[in-house]
Amino acid sequence: MATDLQRNVRNSTGAAVLVRGLRKSFGPEVVLDGLDLRLEPGQFTVLLGASGCGKSTLLRILAGLDREIDGEVLVPGRRAVAFQAPRLMPWKKVWRNVVLGLPGRPDRPLADRVLAEVGLAHRADAWPKTLSGGEAQRAALARALVHEPELLLLDEPFGALDALTRLRAQRLVAEVWERRNCAVLLVTHDVEEAALLADRVLVMRAGAIVHDEPVDLARPRDPADPAVLRLRSSLLDRLGVSGPY
Amino acid sequence: MSIDTDAPPPPAVTRDAPAPDLVAVAARAGRSRRAPRWARRSIAPLVLLAVWQVLGSTGALSAQTLAAPSTVLGKAVTMTADGTLPSALAVSLQRVLCGLALGSLVGVGLALVAGLSRLGEDLVDATVQMLRTVPFIGLIPLLIIWVGIGEAPKVALIAMGVGFNLYLNVYAGIRSVDDALVEAGRTLGLNRRQQIWHIVLPGALPGLMTGLRYALTVSWLALVFGETINADNGIGFLMNQAREFFQTDVIVVCLLVYALLGLLADLIVRALERTLLSWRPTFSGT
Repeated sequence: MATDLQRNVRNSTGAAVLVRGLRKSFGPEVVLDGLDLRLEPGQFTVLLGASGCGKSTLLRILAGLDREIDGEVLVPGRRAVAFQAPRLMPWKKVWRNVVLGLPGRPDRPLADRVLAEVGLAHRADAWPKTLSGGEAQRAALARALVHEPELLLLDEPFGALDALTRLRAQRLVAEVWERRNCAVLLVTHDVEEAALLADRVLVMRAGAIVHDEPVDLARPRDPADPAVLRLRSSLLDRLGVSGPY
Repeated sequence: MSIDTDAPPPPAVTRDAPAPDLVAVAARAGRSRRAPRWARRSIAPLVLLAVWQVLGSTGALSAQTLAAPSTVLGKAVTMTADGTLPSALAVSLQRVLCGLALGSLVGVGLALVAGLSRLGEDLVDATVQMLRTVPFIGLIPLLIIWVGIGEAPKVALIAMGVGFNLYLNVYAGIRSVDDALVEAGRTLGLNRRQQIWHIVLPGALPGLMTGLRYALTVSWLALVFGETINADNGIGFLMNQAREFFQTDVIVVCLLVYALLGLLADLIVRALERTLLSWRPTFSGT
């Protein structure tokens, strides 16, 4: 893992993620250029940006999936990722997917507990390909939670869900995060999602973080709340999309 | 809740658009009165069989050209009763099983080496891909020179046919495993060995099954070729011997046995797929 060398760094900063001068290029194309980022423990950060702005690259680097980088990246040892596609192993029953990667024999009671936490206990013995989109995404979330992450990385996890399922899934993530008290980095291009879930919104454009805004609104948030709507339209402004249809 | 469909909807936003002409979507008549599918499908083969029998019984088709179905059936019974068919079958089956075992071992082994590592790919794949363009049946003369005319060339011929088919399909199966799943496995903390065991090998299983199906087909083909050359027992030997005496009934019996063996092999692969690939929703287990 990317953290192997860095695990011994004593955390005197109190941060959950610390990135300094991160630079990443694919050949001649520079995707991230001198990026600095600090995430606080327990905070729900939403990274907002249009397609191709480098936000998924940043998430992959934090997940340890991309190690050809320059700069300093410090992340917790216990991280978990949920992707836009659930990426469940189709040949393993749901519960075996959930405990995949844990040391020792597959722990059925643990799988059942975590599946219950995401409301999927009744599908523990199902094949992944028989799950609906929302169920598969909840299974993927359970698989991430089972590692008890200190940092939960979510890469547009609701992107492929229909509007109603997405609302339910967003609420579930908010509940789980409040219970687990872990740092969350959610990458998305959905402005309303950011306004509903974030403690802090980062707007990314062309490989750099161009806007950093704390969101101090009471939870749970109502999409129709004027404050949420105001935040939503100001974020749309930041992304360069504004005005009525 | 029901809605009165004939009445216009309550006025909400009215738009000035012409109402289109409506046509009725008629419910289709049931198809229950037709003959079942299997019955319709068996008509043509049965007619062919009947024509063959009539031609044979009337003498229009001489027994030296092609024996009638009834004669073939009678011959099959006598050959089974006097033990010639069972003993020949045992010899042929043994050859196929040996060839299958040897070919699977080498084919799957090489596919794993080539599929799982870059080094293996460079060492193995190009060579195998080159060799497979040689029609393996054409190697019979060389095989006879190398290993003689006993059991060895027959088993080797089958093993080659089986090995190449399994290699190609297992290798393709390994390489077609979704990289996103392997990546997900990495984020879950699986090491390389665990990634192979939990993700790559199960993902290559459909390829293995396809390869097995081809391999079984080819193994019978190789058996026929192998046994028509210098055999002194087995199904192919019976056929060759029958040719010398114009016993077309024996030849047809042997062909039927080959066909039945092929069918049996297919059933075995289907049963394997049903158990091993039950996670695939596309599989309709019938």
